[in-house]
Amino acid sequence: MTAKKTSTPRTVADFLAQAYAIEAEAAERYRDFAEQMEVHNNTEVAELFRKLERIEQKHRDQILGQMGRTTPPRVKAYKWESAEGPETGAFIGLHYLMQPWHALEIALHNEKRAFAFFNELAKARVPPAVRAAAREMAEEEREHVKLIRQWIKKVPVPRPGWDRDPDPPTGSE
Amino acid sequence: MNANAAAALAPKDFKSEVKPVWCPGCGDYSVLSSITKAFAKLALRVENVAVVSGIGCSSRIPAYTTCYGFHGVHGRALAVGTGLKLARPDLTVLVAGGDGDGYSIGGNHFMHACRRNVDLTYIVMDNRVYGMTKGQASPTTEPDWESSKLTPEGTGLREFHPLVIALASGANFIARAFSGDPNGTAEIIAEAIRTPGFSFVEILSPCVTFRPEQRLWKDKVHDAPVKPTSDPSQAARRILTDDGFNIGVLYVGHRKTYQPPIGKGAKQAADLEAGFAL
Repeated sequence: MTAKKTSTPRTVADFLAQAYAIEAEAAERYRDFAEQMEVHNNTEVAELFRKLERIEQKHRDQILGQMGRTTPPRVKAYKWESAEGPETGAFIGLHYLMQPWHALEIALHNEKRAFAFFNELAKARVPPAVRAAAREMAEEEREHVKLIRQWIKKVPVPRPGWDRDPDPPTGSE
Repeated sequence: MNANAAAALAPKDFKSEVKPVWCPGCGDYSVLSSITKAFAKLALRVENVAVVSGIGCSSRIPAYTTCYGFHGVHGRALAVGTGLKLARPDLTVLVAGGDGDGYSIGGNHFMHACRRNVDLTYIVMDNRVYGMTKGQASPTTEPDWESSKLTPEGTGLREFHPLVIALASGANFIARAFSGDPNGTAEIIAEAIRTPGFSFVEILSPCVTFRPEQRLWKDKVHDAPVKPTSDPSQAARRILTDDGFNIGVLYVGHRKTYQPPIGKGAKQAADLEAGFAL
């Protein structure tokens, strides 16, 4: 794919700017997802995506505080190793009949990817301060993975045929 | 912070309040995201950009941006975009649409827009199906696709090859992108806009409703193994022999952009109208 490996941060400031970009993009994507579900009257999943958006916004704002800022920085267009940011969900994973379980599976996948990203950085050949900051962020993402796993246990697992619509809005003609 | 930096726009500033009505999972959401990222990357202003489209699912895109927009008639987006760019060369003109709109109904406009080489960018979101009219074969549909009731045994017709047509007709920039890689696609769109002349970007954008198997495109796409060439014969060989999933800029030419003089010396609308007087 055309997005190449992201540049490795050499300072804590660079690291925080990158972490901010990751959380900001993840929050924006959840907002996109919520809007898609709202347009398609899937309010239950829309609300869940809104919750996930708020969680990512909170994390984003926490990083903003660590950066010593009160106003958002201009987010650089980072290039990631994968096609999307390390915590950003792919548009193609959505379905208009999806259920909370599916939304949480997407969130779990994203949190796992974010953990892997920061964990790898924590082991990379970067200045010790950057490694320490990455380790801290990886721990936070590990906590998120745990929380999402607990959350998934509380929602029903979709039955086979969950995506079958008896009155499909777009039946082939 | 200087005034210019403060005024720089973020991708979200190019998104309007109108929410897309595409099916969740549709690749076009991603393309919209890439377009807004490209505009922000190029530090464009909403008032200096026009997004022009034809008809179809993907052609809804002008309404979802805060730029000037024109949702035109079927297949005629390039005609509108060409006229706009010639009259207002100061604008960045992006023409967008789908494979049915661009290659069937608008096929002739496509060829001649490549030939004219006006400085605009044409994005085709190719999902190899007419989605808005509920799933009929388009020019790029595989001959053996049997899921439409109109062509239950497939069309049996060879697919249209837009990149080859674009090259043969004189497009100055030719690239293929994939909606599942929004950041990479944004870079390609930005490069297309930056390159003078007619830039053509074919974006593989899955239709998850009528072509659900296209979800697997993410496993098929790969970086083009070679750098872009400016040699048309080399580009032709590459494009004709590739597997249709090579992603990247494939050809960048050096043709002179077509921009006739406007203003002084050109006939004004009133003069032209007078010529038709009986």
